[in-house]
Amino acid sequence: MEEPVIRTKELTKRFGDFVAVDRITFDVHKGEIFGFLGANGAGKTTAMRMLCGLSIPTSGEAMVAGIDVYHHPEQVKRSIGYMSQKFSLYEDLTVLENIRFYAGIYGLTDKQIKNKSEELIEKLGLQKQAKVLVASLPLGWRQKLAFSVAIVHQPKVVFLDEPTGGVDPSMRKQFWDMIYDASADGITIFVTTHYLDEAEYCDRICIMVDGRIKALDTPFLLKKNYGVDNITEVFYRLARTAQRSGD
Amino acid sequence: MNAITLEHITKTYNKGAVLAVDDVSFAVEKGEMFGIIGPDGAGKTSIFRILTTLLLADKGTATVAGYDVIKDFQKIRGIIGYMPGRFSLYQDLTVEENLNFFATVFGTSIDENYDQIKDIYVMLEPFKDRRAGKLSGGMKQKLALCCALIHKPEVLFLDEPTTGVDVVSRREFWDILKRLKAEGITILVSTSYMDEATLCDRIALMLGGKILSSDTPERVIKSYPEKLFAVKSSTMHALLKDLRANENVVQCYAAGEYIHFTLKEAGEANENILLKFLRDKHEKDLIFTETVPTVEDCFIRLLGKQDGGAGN
Repeated sequence: MEEPVIRTKELTKRFGDFVAVDRITFDVHKGEIFGFLGANGAGKTTAMRMLCGLSIPTSGEAMVAGIDVYHHPEQVKRSIGYMSQKFSLYEDLTVLENIRFYAGIYGLTDKQIKNKSEELIEKLGLQKQAKVLVASLPLGWRQKLAFSVAIVHQPKVVFLDEPTGGVDPSMRKQFWDMIYDASADGITIFVTTHYLDEAEYCDRICIMVDGRIKALDTPFLLKKNYGVDNITEVFYRLARTAQRSGD
Repeated sequence: MNAITLEHITKTYNKGAVLAVDDVSFAVEKGEMFGIIGPDGAGKTSIFRILTTLLLADKGTATVAGYDVIKDFQKIRGIIGYMPGRFSLYQDLTVEENLNFFATVFGTSIDENYDQIKDIYVMLEPFKDRRAGKLSGGMKQKLALCCALIHKPEVLFLDEPTTGVDVVSRREFWDILKRLKAEGITILVSTSYMDEATLCDRIALMLGGKILSSDTPERVIKSYPEKLFAVKSSTMHALLKDLRANENVVQCYAAGEYIHFTLKEAGEANENILLKFLRDKHEKDLIFTETVPTVEDCFIRLLGKQDGGAGN
């Protein structure tokens, strides 16, 4: 079997006495859509920051795209894609400029950048908006563009931090279509969301409570094991037991 | 009596270039919980700002508790509570200092109106010396609600109070709203979470500055005109693609663990043809049923009608 794209073992992050992430161990496979859930303050963001090479773990191990996040965080950053609801594109650059900028950052050649720009604009149907400032695009379009840009360099894995917050339901579905396509292309998807219907679209989901992994399985088996008919209920039962008040 | 009325309210920005609210009229009865449901950019916040007298409409009239939003703006400000979408308390004041500040501004004190906020404030009390900027999302939201309630308002305006908040905190928050409603406070609340819509007495589905549909959640759901089908198999992505390739399928999208879709022409014969088409490709484990729409299905249908087939 192929090497997992993400592998953590007892991964831990402490801030003083506070254990933000407490010995988490899991593997994510190639092309898998992995949903990372937890209440506010459960440690999701801290865990994600470690996996993206932005925060050095206190202890434990983590390999992302075959690279050790302790020793080569810079290399990790180059090998992954990342987008979040809060920040993903430069609003005062145009659609085309954003694509070029990110493609350049990720080291594509001029020729590749040109091809990729044309391809993306056509795929997203943004021909008329190519020279429009991103600030003037509706949020749903912006998020679709942000996702395309985050995988412009065909990374092995892309991290999506609440990518669909505030987006209309129809656009959210379209966004998930893009996630499915990327996954079919072999890109691993690591995604957090507060919309628990979206958790159903993941191959596997992991639910964190107080810095620890409380459940990790396919949506089907999680529901079966807890004897409930939706993920919201599974989540609610686990998250309700949290001791931390969310910060 | 109506606690809130809007008649033909229109608001544009950038000298008319951006139409944010397009001829919107609705009324909220006293003691009612009314939800404006819509995505980012639908025009929800503009409506909140007009009703809270922070923004002037281009056209139309609006009242809150019988007062005109332009002529009587000072009266309105004294009797409403407003929780804006963006966290707008003082980040460098503590929890208690923020609450004291808002109580004082409205000519009251925490002690005087403690009853009003007690249920919520007990959850915050352990952190009362913490600066507001250092609170978690759920806690910030509870503090903002306390500050909006400390002067016993008649009408409460909550603009996306649960955006970015986890499921547990969202449930707690709606439980609090139910209690406030029971006390007779009128609540206008906006959200982009479709599942919260059913918790309101009445809802308005809003998009592109317009109200697409407004009624009780039950009636919005009942008015869904077509048969809605739900289907699932172990290969959902392939199933979605197959459905979309089928000529008789109109709208088709993932909805939790199922895919929901409608047919151009329903009827037993057509349903059987489709079922056979799907069985040929997904014989192992296909589950196919007719299903009851949710508010989200209603919203997607209206969106699809608007731009000719999105949701596909």
